[in-house]
Amino acid sequence: MVRIAGWVAQHPILWFFAFFIVFPFLVPYYALATQVLIYGLYALGFNLLYGYTGLLSFGHAAYFGLGAYGTGLALARLKVTSLWGGLAIGLLTAGVGAAIIGFLCLRRRGIYFALLTLAFAQLLYFIGFQLAHVTGGDDGLRGIPTLPVALPGLTIPLDSPLALYYFILALVGLAVLGLNRILESPFGAVLQAIRENSDRTSACGYDVNRIKHLSFVFSGLFAGLAGSLSAIYLRIVPIENLYWTTSGQVVMMTLLGGAGTFFGPFVGAAAFLVLEDILSVFTESWQLIIGLIFMGFVLFLPKGIWGTLVERLLVRQTTVEPDAGSDRKGRSSPEASARP
Amino acid sequence: MPFDISLTTLLTQVFTGLVLGMIFVLLAVGLSLIFGLLTVVNFAHGSFFMLGAYFGFFVLGFTKNFWLALLVAPLLVGIFGLLVERFLVRPLYGRSIDDPLLLTFGLSLVLVEAARLIWGKIGLTFDSPPALVGSVNLGFTHFPSYRLFVIALTALVLLALWLFLERSDLGLIIRAGARDPLMVRALGMDLGRIWLLVFGLGSALAGLAGILAAPMYGVYAEMGVSMIIQSFVVVVVGGMGSLTGAVVAGLLIGEVVGLTTLFAPQLAEIVIYLFMAVVLLVRPSGLFGEAGLFE
Repeated sequence: MVRIAGWVAQHPILWFFAFFIVFPFLVPYYALATQVLIYGLYALGFNLLYGYTGLLSFGHAAYFGLGAYGTGLALARLKVTSLWGGLAIGLLTAGVGAAIIGFLCLRRRGIYFALLTLAFAQLLYFIGFQLAHVTGGDDGLRGIPTLPVALPGLTIPLDSPLALYYFILALVGLAVLGLNRILESPFGAVLQAIRENSDRTSACGYDVNRIKHLSFVFSGLFAGLAGSLSAIYLRIVPIENLYWTTSGQVVMMTLLGGAGTFFGPFVGAAAFLVLEDILSVFTESWQLIIGLIFMGFVLFLPKGIWGTLVERLLVRQTTVEPDAGSDRKGRSSPEASARP
Repeated sequence: MPFDISLTTLLTQVFTGLVLGMIFVLLAVGLSLIFGLLTVVNFAHGSFFMLGAYFGFFVLGFTKNFWLALLVAPLLVGIFGLLVERFLVRPLYGRSIDDPLLLTFGLSLVLVEAARLIWGKIGLTFDSPPALVGSVNLGFTHFPSYRLFVIALTALVLLALWLFLERSDLGLIIRAGARDPLMVRALGMDLGRIWLLVFGLGSALAGLAGILAAPMYGVYAEMGVSMIIQSFVVVVVGGMGSLTGAVVAGLLIGEVVGLTTLFAPQLAEIVIYLFMAVVLLVRPSGLFGEAGLFE
């Protein structure tokens, strides 16, 4: 077990691909596998901000939704004929949205940040709701075509569920590579320094607010890509993509899997979706059970499934997840640490 | 167009906004009190609001007495709040400031889903007490007497709360505990019990808001969801931990929503967030917040 965990830690991206290439055949149906990829990517983006930078956003539905609507509107209403064009517009929408909202939210630190992100996401939800003639409002945005993937000298149709899955896997894999690159870079180290002690990072000469803002935008871009892929996959953008429940979901997924660990978000997204899938067969009140499980994790297993596993199985020599085992006490407020 | 609206309609809407504002104030004061002392953001506050309405509905069903329900429902929610602090929130003191927020977020999901399971998905109607049916002539218009009662009762409760915090010994300890918990403990006070009490008090205020709102807005499992997000906006605008801020911002936002409903109904839900964005740009610490506090 320990050796396997060690290999995974040394070649995380390789194992990521190996696992997800066979993944659709391990779950009951392809749809679930695709959902895990999309929501895993969404949680990955959220985790960059919460797990690595220490900023709890309760409004990530905004960027997921902006990505989804950006791509959806481009393909369904603006009649963009290239899938890449649709994706690019989705990413741009999410990125610009994250840049503006991030700027406003970062004017307040600490607990205000969570409340502000939530409020701005709700603002976007109500705007989406009111602009029904553009967004489809309550009915969702319909009529998104499934365009083929155009590569130089090659056009791949995405008609079959499996082709769509592997296309999404390719893009999610690229995003995972990108995130790995970000976290391994000096910039990634500064992010974690901010999480551990923002004042000290500032004293070291880093422009903490600008770096937080950058992390916010990156995080929004990952969430936006997840939203874009969701629009392409579902061929509809439901208004719930912007609703606060979508923000809550990613918080729960990330914490279940393990915030601040590289693969935790994917583990959490998979656990959440499989649990939802199983529970909703038996009871309409599956959210009650997931809510209780989530509370149990906050109270007793704050490192989540993957975080706890990594901590138990890995000896300290690993270089890939040096932060997975470290505790996060450095982030607690002076008020809180004065407590028993 | 806006200019066709008569003075009577305008004044009526000002009163409607005032009622909504009062409900916001009750919620925001509880949130702010709990945050000021425990640095806990209670996401489940909206669910406590919902519980207040349901508890009130059932006490009313058993006793047929609105006044008894008005007394018992907040009390029950208060007791529920005590249990939540003691068994769920207390283990999280000393951990990250985000953890209680995450926990109470989970709790709010559980409570809403439990309410759906126990009391059904269909909303219930809650009649105003017989003594307060009808309307009162305010000179410019007839305004529902129940809504006037809500304004008066909330004002009384706020006055009592203010007297309690400013004039009683316990209130003094609470204010001191918000300012310097370490010093208060050094002086030999058991702050753990004060925190428990304050959490219960804040929860009871949310319960009171719930039963007061029930005859006006109906009783349903999700009734607290939009309320809590809007109350967060009130707290951000007023300044977290500031009770004056909670009162002023609550009334202000109640009026903003009330008047927007009159002039541009489709903007009513959007304007509150725009208002927050403007306050944030002009005064990042909120109207009554101190810069750097609770960051």
